[in-house]
Amino acid sequence: MEYVFHFGAVFAAFDRIAAGAWLTLTLSVSAMVFGLVIGFSCAVLAVFGGRIAAGLVRVYVEAIRNTPFLIQLFLIYFGLPSLGVTLEPVQAALIGMSVNCGAYATEIIRAGVLAIPHGQIEAARALALRTPQIVRHVVLRPALRVAYPALTSQFVLVMLGSSVVSTISAEELTATGHVLETETFRPFEVYMVVTAIYVAMAFGLKALFAGLHRSFLAADEGGRR
Amino acid sequence: MIRQFGPTEIMFMLQAARWTVLLSLVAYLGGGALGLVLAVLRVSAWRPARLFAAGWIALFQSIPLLMLLFLVFFGLALVGRDQNPYVAVTIALSAYAGAYFGEIWRGAVQAIAPGQWEASRALGLRYLAIFRLIVLPQALRIAIPPTVGFMVQVVKNTSLASIIGFAELTQAAQFVNNLTFRPIPVYLVAAAIYFVLCFPLTWLSGRLERRLLGRLGTPVAPG
Repeated sequence: MEYVFHFGAVFAAFDRIAAGAWLTLTLSVSAMVFGLVIGFSCAVLAVFGGRIAAGLVRVYVEAIRNTPFLIQLFLIYFGLPSLGVTLEPVQAALIGMSVNCGAYATEIIRAGVLAIPHGQIEAARALALRTPQIVRHVVLRPALRVAYPALTSQFVLVMLGSSVVSTISAEELTATGHVLETETFRPFEVYMVVTAIYVAMAFGLKALFAGLHRSFLAADEGGRR
Repeated sequence: MIRQFGPTEIMFMLQAARWTVLLSLVAYLGGGALGLVLAVLRVSAWRPARLFAAGWIALFQSIPLLMLLFLVFFGLALVGRDQNPYVAVTIALSAYAGAYFGEIWRGAVQAIAPGQWEASRALGLRYLAIFRLIVLPQALRIAIPPTVGFMVQVVKNTSLASIIGFAELTQAAQFVNNLTFRPIPVYLVAAAIYFVLCFPLTWLSGRLERRLLGRLGTPVAPG
């Protein structure tokens, strides 16, 4: 059996695909930013916040890391309305992605904080710096520098994982693919194009993170040693 | 009539969880075999093989698993097969897991200092003997914790099979939710079942990481 590929109908809808890809990027970058903030705060709490805070962070991280993103998304999108909080799909998607990304970022940044030599933090204490000052001036940069490679690979995974939010009908790239599939009856061509865009965005993000590393962190490492 | 969410429904979900376990095992087998091939190609002495494996890994680590599922699912029809979710999920999960396993194992083999290869060659050992006696025992120690860590990702990602109509735990939860309209308890029970499946692996991975790598003093790459 010979199958003839027809991409015409898919490319005719390119503006809608581009809009979907844009929402995917916007959602992903927002989730990365929120995830970074959550991750850094939780990592600092876990290391400097005492036993109770460390325990709570542990529960958050393990609960998220050991359950599927899809189930987390369903709990937020279908569960919260029964508690009286109604969310738009995109809002639910952003919350789910940020909470999920935050848990992984916490683990990664915590390892970065723990990699800072103890003597540096003790020296800061001896200089009478308070914990917030130590976090700001002694911990922040080295911890993020150590965490950078793992953190940015996690960010790429966040972007790829965002395709799952199509299940709660957030109109991002994958959901746009669903719509086009039912309109064109060309599912394979539609998902080929959509996949190609994801691959391009993943490679683009990786190149961007590598470039940021070269222009900021690498110079930083050279200058400080 | 709206059903109550009770023990019958929980049993139904637990029974569906067997498919989640089975799918994970199938992905470990398929992905493990593929990963092994990719890792061997990736560290081989022949440049085209290295480039092929590197390209394969980079490509499959850049495709969302959901897209991989759709492409295989709809692609089966193009090659004249039925749109069988079992086959589609097996192929897609194996291709996905294989790329990650391959990359983890390549990293483990390449973490062994090149000086050890050179020293072994100087002592008159052949390639396979060096690999079996010198490199593999050390590489295994490095590889096991991230491998176990990634196995958790596979269990969780079997949930995506529900989207193409595979009746595993997540789809059972959706089904029960449609009957009972109690999303919070239903999905919390589903999350709890996944947690029970995943947490032992996460715990084991962390413990092995401290035990096996602590002594080697190798910097630990998060899995």
